[in-house]
Amino acid sequence: MSAVDTWVSAFHAGAAVQPGAGLPWLAALRREALYRFADEGWPTRRHPRWQHTSLAFMDQQDFAANTVAPDAAAALARLRGDDAGHWLVFVGGRFNTELSDIGALPAGVQLTSLADALEQHPEAVQAAFGSATDGDSPAALNLALATDGAWLRLPRGVALEAPVHLVFIAGSTDASQHLRNLIVAEANSEATIVEHYLGEGDATTLTTAATRLQVDADARITHLKLQQEAEPAIHLASIDATQARGAQFASHSLSFGARLARNDIHTRFDGEGCDALLNGLYHLDGRRHVDHHTSINHAQPRGNSREFYRGLLDGNSRGVFTGRIIVAKDAQRSDAMQRCDNLLLSRAAEADARPELEIYADDVKCAHGATVGQMDEDSLFYLQTRGLDDAHARRLLTYAFAAEALDRITLLPLRKQARAALMARLPGGELLEELL
Amino acid sequence: MLDIKNLKASVEGKDILKGLDLQVKAGEVHAIMGPNGSGKSTLSQVLAGRDTFQVDGGSVTWDGQDLLAMPIEERARAGLFLAFQYPVEIPGVSNAYFLKAAVNAVRKHRGLPEFDAMDFLTRVKAEMKSVGMKEEFLYRAVNEGFSGGEKKRNEVLQMALLEPRLAILDETDSGLDIDALKVVADGVNRLRSPDRALIVITHYQRLLDYIVPDHVHVLSQGRIVRSGGRELALELEEKGYGWIGDAGEIHAAPPAAGGAQ
Ligand SMILES: Nc1ncnc2c1ncn2[C@@H]1O[C@H](COP(=O)(O)OP(=O)(O)OP(=O)(O)O)[C@@H](O)[C@H]1O
Ligand SMILES: [Mg+2]
Repeated sequence: MSAVDTWVSAFHAGAAVQPGAGLPWLAALRREALYRFADEGWPTRRHPRWQHTSLAFMDQQDFAANTVAPDAAAALARLRGDDAGHWLVFVGGRFNTELSDIGALPAGVQLTSLADALEQHPEAVQAAFGSATDGDSPAALNLALATDGAWLRLPRGVALEAPVHLVFIAGSTDASQHLRNLIVAEANSEATIVEHYLGEGDATTLTTAATRLQVDADARITHLKLQQEAEPAIHLASIDATQARGAQFASHSLSFGARLARNDIHTRFDGEGCDALLNGLYHLDGRRHVDHHTSINHAQPRGNSREFYRGLLDGNSRGVFTGRIIVAKDAQRSDAMQRCDNLLLSRAAEADARPELEIYADDVKCAHGATVGQMDEDSLFYLQTRGLDDAHARRLLTYAFAAEALDRITLLPLRKQARAALMARLPGGELLEELL
Repeated sequence: MLDIKNLKASVEGKDILKGLDLQVKAGEVHAIMGPNGSGKSTLSQVLAGRDTFQVDGGSVTWDGQDLLAMPIEERARAGLFLAFQYPVEIPGVSNAYFLKAAVNAVRKHRGLPEFDAMDFLTRVKAEMKSVGMKEEFLYRAVNEGFSGGEKKRNEVLQMALLEPRLAILDETDSGLDIDALKVVADGVNRLRSPDRALIVITHYQRLLDYIVPDHVHVLSQGRIVRSGGRELALELEEKGYGWIGDAGEIHAAPPAAGGAQ
């Protein structure tokens, strides 16, 4: 059972063998986070940020390991193909040296597992680790239990050419995995980081993940998350970025798997002239549920933010989007734009899209819009009059709706990976292969 | 080839086609003219299979088959083509994919081998040249952001690629400059053959200078109220629709077609 007590005992059982267990600051931080979680429990609908996604059921939820461990090597091979890149693979929440291939890195770049980083440069990790008060109670649980994750530090001015791929394969021998990724991009550095969440099997597993990004002045970071966990999985994650002057941050969140997925994505402009893109795409069917809770904090002037979320909702699924935009009093000449568009593929599917604007400055451009609609009958008819049957036409229009989100992924190999992941979900997706 | 008898259609309880008769033989070109709102687009959409319109009566036989019983895509595959008055924009689908999917769907039905990417490109580029479309239009989303004239050219391109046996052009000439008009006319004329038929819906006699119709019909208030030869178009141009009557009835003594010239 996943009642709070269960996690408290799990914590006590594992604390001594957690990476960095010997670091007093970390042990204290983990305990503090655990107490917070024990105190607050799982968020319910009464919590203003969890109105559409109650985790009250978690108190009764059992998690179990799959009886057959997924073939991590095969999953990785399918995903990786012949991509050189930098690949860090985590199975069941632990870094897997054999499957990983970090590759050659420019001088000064640190790219290791978090466990290794805690041994090699604990002070730098401490500065980036985050605090027990960050986020909501699931984030605190993650902080307390995280066993591993990735550590990436880019020195000033260094650009990583190939993307860093972090692959997290769930459901091996543990019923839950807790991951923490820390990324520090010093001034004027550049990198693309991709997080892949994979899972197989029919056991209900839990993933909690927290990714923290510090994007220093004029650094350019692209973060892409491809969540393809197994159908019964529960996935609770957060992405937290801070941006210094002129920093550019792009987040692409693609949520295709898991029974319940929650992504809290936040960025804060701590310097002038920052730029953020929050791009999202989700596809759901059955009784699955995804909730993206995003916020962009224009704390400093002349920031530019663009946010686009798209949902494809089939079956009895439910897609929730909240887009909070905060423009501080002194953040003049901020420019924020937000859209959330949902395509309902069945009558029973449901979409919620909520903008939350808090604008305290007066010289601000801020636009937002949300749509929920069905497949366009005119387009369907047009395609059919050209000889495409109903099923082909629907698939094509479904894909086309998603393509707008995929097209915002500028790195072509990544866009292809994202496309392939979507195609694999769409019935008859292979018919559309030529679109690739 | 096409035999429409007493066709009645409505939308949301509003009668639009009120007993329309029309026969089109293979090899013929028919022009349909008529005032705004008279039902020309409704007729073409009903023939193509749009289900927003309810067919309340009558029959449409096409090559001995009950056209109205055929699914939309089956009509298309069997060689029915409708050039839309308002072509639909489809963001996210490249024109190239769309054209190829359409051509191959039709070819498959006809027992022809599907085009591979290379063959298709060769073919489509040749046709694009003849309708005056730049290659970049292949890589843009279907009709998205196309100008009015570009959309119409794209319709003519589709028609040329799909080689229909019965093509209906719903105001393909509206809003076109004179060069584009010639492109449309040329597309139609290239398609003309003894085993094909064309229905050209237009408001302007000038198109019929380039596409010489065998028959001209006037559609008013959901019925064909007058049919004649090419001179009927000239007469309409000169006199408008007033003399044809507004209740769908033919005026007692319309001027003789020949007499007007
Ligand atoms: N979906 C619809 N719902 C309601 N009314 C409709 C619909 N479609 C067509 N109509 C009505 O049916 C009538 C005939 O329309 P139609 O588009 O067939 O005319 P048309 O002859 O093509 O006109 P135009 O020359 O302006 O293109 C019009 O009064 C129109 O408003
Ligand atoms: Mg019309």
